[in-house]
Formats: sequence, structure tokens, C-alpha cells
Amino acid sequence: MKQYSLTLLAALFFALAVGLSWAGALSSYSQLVLMFVAVNIMMSSSLNLINGYMGEFSCGHAGFMAVGAYITSLLTVWFFTTGSVFGPNLLPPAWATVLFPFILLFGGLIAALVGLLVAIPSFRTRGDYLAIITLAVNYIVKSAIENIQPIGGARGFMGMGRVVNGMQEVVDIPWMMIWTWIFAFLTILLIKRFVSSTYGKGIIAIREDEIAAEIMGVNTRRAKMIAFMLSSGLAGMAGGLFAHILGYINPGSFTIMKSTEALVMVYLGGMGSLSGSVLSAVLFTLMLEVLRPLQLYKWVVVPLILVLLMLFRTEGLLGHRELTDVFPRLKRFFGSREKVHAAV
Amino acid sequence: MPLFEIRGLTHFFGGLKAVSDFNLTFEGGELTGLIGPNGAGKTTIFNLVCGVYHPTHGEVKIGGQNLAGLFPHQVTAMGIARTFQNIRLWPEMTVLDNIRVAHNYKLSYGFLDAMFQTFRYRTAENGIDQKAREVLEIMGLRDYGEELAKNLPYGLQRKVEIARALVIRPKLLLLDEPSAGMNLGEKEALIGLIRWIRKEFNLTIWLIEHEMRVVMNLCEKIQVLDFGETIARGTPEEIQGNLRVVEAYLGKEID
Repeated sequence: MKQYSLTLLAALFFALAVGLSWAGALSSYSQLVLMFVAVNIMMSSSLNLINGYMGEFSCGHAGFMAVGAYITSLLTVWFFTTGSVFGPNLLPPAWATVLFPFILLFGGLIAALVGLLVAIPSFRTRGDYLAIITLAVNYIVKSAIENIQPIGGARGFMGMGRVVNGMQEVVDIPWMMIWTWIFAFLTILLIKRFVSSTYGKGIIAIREDEIAAEIMGVNTRRAKMIAFMLSSGLAGMAGGLFAHILGYINPGSFTIMKSTEALVMVYLGGMGSLSGSVLSAVLFTLMLEVLRPLQLYKWVVVPLILVLLMLFRTEGLLGHRELTDVFPRLKRFFGSREKVHAAV
Repeated sequence: MPLFEIRGLTHFFGGLKAVSDFNLTFEGGELTGLIGPNGAGKTTIFNLVCGVYHPTHGEVKIGGQNLAGLFPHQVTAMGIARTFQNIRLWPEMTVLDNIRVAHNYKLSYGFLDAMFQTFRYRTAENGIDQKAREVLEIMGLRDYGEELAKNLPYGLQRKVEIARALVIRPKLLLLDEPSAGMNLGEKEALIGLIRWIRKEFNLTIWLIEHEMRVVMNLCEKIQVLDFGETIARGTPEEIQGNLRVVEAYLGKEID
């Protein structure tokens, strides 16, 4: 029973978020923030796979988000709407209700393939050098999109709002709220499964000692490839959701600034801590909204918090530990087959 | 066919000849030592065998199969496991996880099995868990399974490292200075342990060692290396009386 309590809590939260949005009890602003929380959970936990669990430093996560955002947006707009870019719709707009998650997965798949741009150099390079490569990938993606004029270039791309409206005309439920949170939970589930399998623990071994990992039987190349592809694929799906929440994207949304936000969330929550990533995504998203009245000064306060965090709590809120390790009492309610590491 | 064979192994680091025409044959079941002064090329030979470096010349074969061009994890899958001069456990992982991850050398499931937690995944993981616990039990480490590897005392860390190597069910076990940093009592225990695992797991063991007490006590044959060249080989008694070996370690007397 205990091991289902977390699932139960998630289901309850999901029902509440969707139900309240549907009933109109949540303002559209609160709904927007709630959906951004989900997207940020996907961003931070997928980046944590690389920066926390594998111990690499990837600082171009927004690049993969951009790939997913553009691929899914282009496909949905092409398929389901009539517009100047792609002409009349290919498929009835109503089909979007069923096809949307598959298009999202496809966008994630393409983002995962772009992830290979980082994965393959990572065979030979690590640390600072790999960080520069990830940065370069971020810029490559952004500049490439800026220079493809048919899809709007730097002006951006829109039309996703009509796709979502089309879905709502079929059944009037908060579609985006539903999909963002389903995919956020899916992300958490997949990462949890990955890092608790012997297969996925190989990447933790890479962080701890790469040479020992390779010699003790871990196929480090394959492990890195899988980890980078999983991480960038999930970021791509986060991007696809982000695009459909806003209805408008431009390359400027996926700059190094966005990557930095993801980094901040990972470091705030604690490297190699999945519950930390979720917690920090929630805190960080809400914090940005609370600080909104400060306008530009927000970008003084937020980095300042990061500086203080690095000075006084380098390991983040929950470094390398899960919530149940920090508060053992939670174990009574949220069972986990993993045991706590007793310190000597 | 010999179990393990090295022929004409030569390796250059740039212009430096680190290993020169090294030869060795194991029929199976030997316990052989590799000694030599610091920088003689002992660890380099181990790294060449494991696939960390690829030799400039020469070949390494296990069970008649050439290891040329294989990645270290592939060499491991062929049945060669090793420990390291400076302990290389994964410090922030539990002892049990250290042992579990070593099972990656032949995993019977793939990425998608792990994502969907298929039947194949669950049976494989259960098997791995059971085997890991067995190895800990055999090595007397049962009580430390949930401990982080870095929290164990030095002697036990060595033991975990050996346990991790044994998981691979190696035909050949390479031990790189297993007694480094141990006190006298721990060394005695180590000698006993190595003898015991050799019998228990039916191993061929090849070890690098500086501590003469351990080498002379343990090994049936010894090969001595100096500046990458084999200067002597034989039983411990023969090596002890060999003038070139004494010279390599202590230097020549000036007439």
C-alpha cells in the first residue's frame, strides 16, 4: 500500500488541478503558472540526469527544448490548422485530441537525436570542455531557427493556440493542463526508473569514477548516449508543451538564459536528487512569479539567491539525497524500496 | 591452448618505451607476481591488458581470442577483472550498488525494458540483487551492503573492490598492489583472502605487488620488470637470489 501512496498523491493533485481549471475556479493566470511548474519540473529533472546523476556539466538544455518546441509546433500547425505557412490543414482539427501526445513524443525523439550532438563529443571530452560544447549546441539550434525564414525566423512562430482551441472545441476540458502534468509525471517516473536500474546506475558510476566504470563492465559510450538522449528528449517534450501553452514561440525564448534557469533549478534542488529537482522547480517557478512586481530587479534577486546558495549550501536543498532521506518520517507514508544510507 | 597469453607486448608513450617485448603464458590456475621498481611499467601492462591503452605492438589473448581493439568493458566481458592501485570504488554509491553495477558487463535487458519495467527487467534485477548479496555474504561484507563505499575503512574497501571484480566471474583476476596502504595484520589477512578466493572461485591470479612479504609468500612464480623489460622470472627463491633483480632495486655497487 505504502508504495502507491505517492502515486495516489500525484493522482489527487492532478485531479484537483484539472478539476479546478475545468470548473473555472482557477484564474487563467494561476493555470498558466501551474502549467509552467510542470514544464519546469520536466526541464530540471531531465537536466539533473546529466548534471546531477552523470556528473557532466550541460549548460545548453534550452537548445533541446527549442528543437522539441519547434518540431511539435510545426507539426500540429501543419496538420491541424489552415495558415499562410503550410496552407490548408492536412487532417481534421479534431484529431489533434488524439494525435497531440504522439506528436509530442515525436518532437522529443527529434530532440533526442539532436542530443547526439552532445553525446558523441562526450565520449572523449568531459568537464569544462563538454560544457562549452553544450553551450555551442544551444547557440547552433537558436541561430539555425533564427535563420529559417519560412518558419518565422527571429520573429517567431505561432498558430498553436488554434490547435489547442480546436481540441477544446471537441471536448471542453483543460487539455494543456492535462498533458503538461501527465508528461511531468511521466518524466519523473522514467527518470526514477532509469536511475534505479542497474543499467542506469552505470551513469552514476561514470560520475563517481569513469575509468573504473569502463573497466568494471559499464559500456560508458552507450550509457552516455542513452543518458543524453533521454535527457534531451524529455527537454524536447517540455519544449513542445511550453509552445502549446503559450501559443507563440520565438528563438529568443530558448537562449542561454533559459538554460541557466534549468541549471539554477538543478542546483537549487540538489544534484542527483529527483525529489529535489521537483521541489526546486515548484519553488523557482513560484518565486519568479512572486518577484514579478520587481520587474528587471528580479534578475538581480534570483542570481543573488543562487550566489547565497552556493556560499552556504553548495549541495543544494537536498544534495544527492531524496526527500525521504532528509525527512525519514515521510517513509511511513511514502514507501520506497530504496533504503536510506546510514551514515557512520 | 593456454588460458591467457601475452606475446611481444610493446608500448610507447610518445618516444618513451614503457613496455618492451613482454611475454607471458598462463595455463590456468597460476598465482603469479609481477614486480619491479617504481615506474617499471607494471601498471601499464595491466592497462594494456584491460584495453585502457592499445599496445603499439604485440598481442594479448584470452582463451585463444585476441583482445586487440576491444573496449575495456568488452575485455571485462571476456573474463578479465581487476582491482586498482588506488582503490577505485564508486565512493558515493552503496556497497551493494557498487557490486550491482559491475553486472553491467552482461545485462540481459535493454533501455526500454528498464523504462517499462518488463518481466525480463524484473527477473534480471532480482537475479543481480541476489547475486550481489551472495558475493557480499561470501566475502563477509553482508553488514556493509547499505553503507556508502567511502565510509568503509581502507581494508574493507579493498575487499569490496575484490568482491566487485569477482562478480564478473573472471577467469583471470588482476590485482594491482592489493596490499598498498595496509598494516601488517591486514596484509596477513589479505594473503589468506587471496589464497581462499583463488580456490573458491577457481581463479588464475596475476598480481602486482611491492610488498615482498606478500609476493614471496603468495606467488608461485614471479616476473621482474625494470624499465619495461623483463629482467628475471622464476620461483620466489630464484628471484631472491637473482643478482639483476637486486641491482634493479638497490642499484649497482661501484667498483
